[in-house]
Amino acid sequence: MNTPKNLKFTNDHEWVDVNGAVASIGITDYAQSELGDIIYLDITAAVNDQVKQGDVIGTIEAVKTVSEIYSPISGKIVEINTGINDVPSIINTDPYERGWIIKIEPDNADEISNLLDDTAYIDLIGQ
Amino acid sequence: MKKTTFNNIHKKAGGKLVEFAGYEMPIQYEGIIAEHKAVRESVGVFDVSHMGEVEIHGNDAFAFVQKLTTNDVSKLDKGKVQYSSMCLENGGVVDDLLVYHCGDYYMLVINASNIDKDLAWMENNKFGDVEIKNISDEVSLLAVQGQNALNTLQKLTDTDLSKIEYYNFEFGKVAGIDCIISHTGYTGEKVCFEIYSKTNIEQSEKLWSAIFEAGAEYSIKPCGLGARDTLRLEYAFRLYGNDMDENSNPLEAGLGWITKLDKGEFNGREAMLKCKAEGLKKKLVGFIVDDRMVARQHAEVYSGDEKIGEVTSGSMSPMLGKNIGLAYIKEGFNKIGTPIEIKIRDKKVKASIVKTPFLN
Repeated sequence: MNTPKNLKFTNDHEWVDVNGAVASIGITDYAQSELGDIIYLDITAAVNDQVKQGDVIGTIEAVKTVSEIYSPISGKIVEINTGINDVPSIINTDPYERGWIIKIEPDNADEISNLLDDTAYIDLIGQ
Repeated sequence: MKKTTFNNIHKKAGGKLVEFAGYEMPIQYEGIIAEHKAVRESVGVFDVSHMGEVEIHGNDAFAFVQKLTTNDVSKLDKGKVQYSSMCLENGGVVDDLLVYHCGDYYMLVINASNIDKDLAWMENNKFGDVEIKNISDEVSLLAVQGQNALNTLQKLTDTDLSKIEYYNFEFGKVAGIDCIISHTGYTGEKVCFEIYSKTNIEQSEKLWSAIFEAGAEYSIKPCGLGARDTLRLEYAFRLYGNDMDENSNPLEAGLGWITKLDKGEFNGREAMLKCKAEGLKKKLVGFIVDDRMVARQHAEVYSGDEKIGEVTSGSMSPMLGKNIGLAYIKEGFNKIGTPIEIKIRDKKVKASIVKTPFLN
């Protein structure tokens, strides 16, 4: 299971990658592997929406199951990866790069530093 | 949790194992879509050893199975298989099953999750000279399915597989192992075999290796229960517990073709005659969703504001690239072509009732 060192993680298996003023968010390699073949991403939040940590921003549909996606941090949504639904399996094959889901301008740096680091996340998933 | 004789093989093959009907079973290996396509385009292998097998012996075996099941066992000759169901007196489905005519006895193949219930039901309905033998734990079962299934298995047996017609079987050897070779399956593929052998880990592992070696040139793949479900749904094959149960009768479940009301007395016949005379209140139909959201089991079906039914099975169809499913819909709304709406999470999405199977 791939768990990059430079990212932050949540108990709900999302990752956060902070780049200057913007944080990219997606689901982890472990999450995509548990979900199996992903067929549709239904993002109910919109660009410019203000979200709070833990808010549901959409659902991710796999062949076998459907799962909610939570915002790992509070902030303003600045971009949504709408291209994902052309090839939803990109989340399975490239969860940390081309499989990113939304970008957020974080409200609060503490929220980010309180997320799990790679070691803590690897402990969580027991891999 | 029970394990099948292929358990070590599943682990080595990277299977994701889950609990199903008390067994540790692979839900998938490489991925449901890849496995699904392997079966549709070439050949795939499923461990379905969790299924239950029950032998019916005795002088009254025929009369007993005829009374117990809805299809007409008098039409079943030696060496043939029949899809059937067993019903409660009120017509509710106890289970769906395969009946094998093995000469001087019958073998019933039943759903894993129903083994205890079915055995109790059979014992309750037993009469005359009948012996009911549960051999579920003594039987391992592999399903080899897809257009290259025959080419694969023929390398391993002297039995001429091309001579076994659909829903027929023979006793034979595969990879030197005594088997029942049955031309049956739950995937909709015309070229499909199910191989019953004695429970024995060493033998099972030998059989599996031989099949994968023989199928290597066809890129044979191990397939899990996930793909088994998407494959059967494309052909609208019913799944007990989803598409029918004790609250629906075979007529409502669209299984009139295995319900021979004129064959004489059988469990549930009176109730079904009455239901037929009064008109079916609900019917299981196929639908295609006009949206990328999947309508899954228990999703409510609407016509305007009126709730008219409930989804029993739903999935993305890997071959159609559309979201398909089965639903019970009440009388007046269940004709082919009827537009319906299905509530998925907080949204009502459009769908329409279509002819099944979804694939031909």
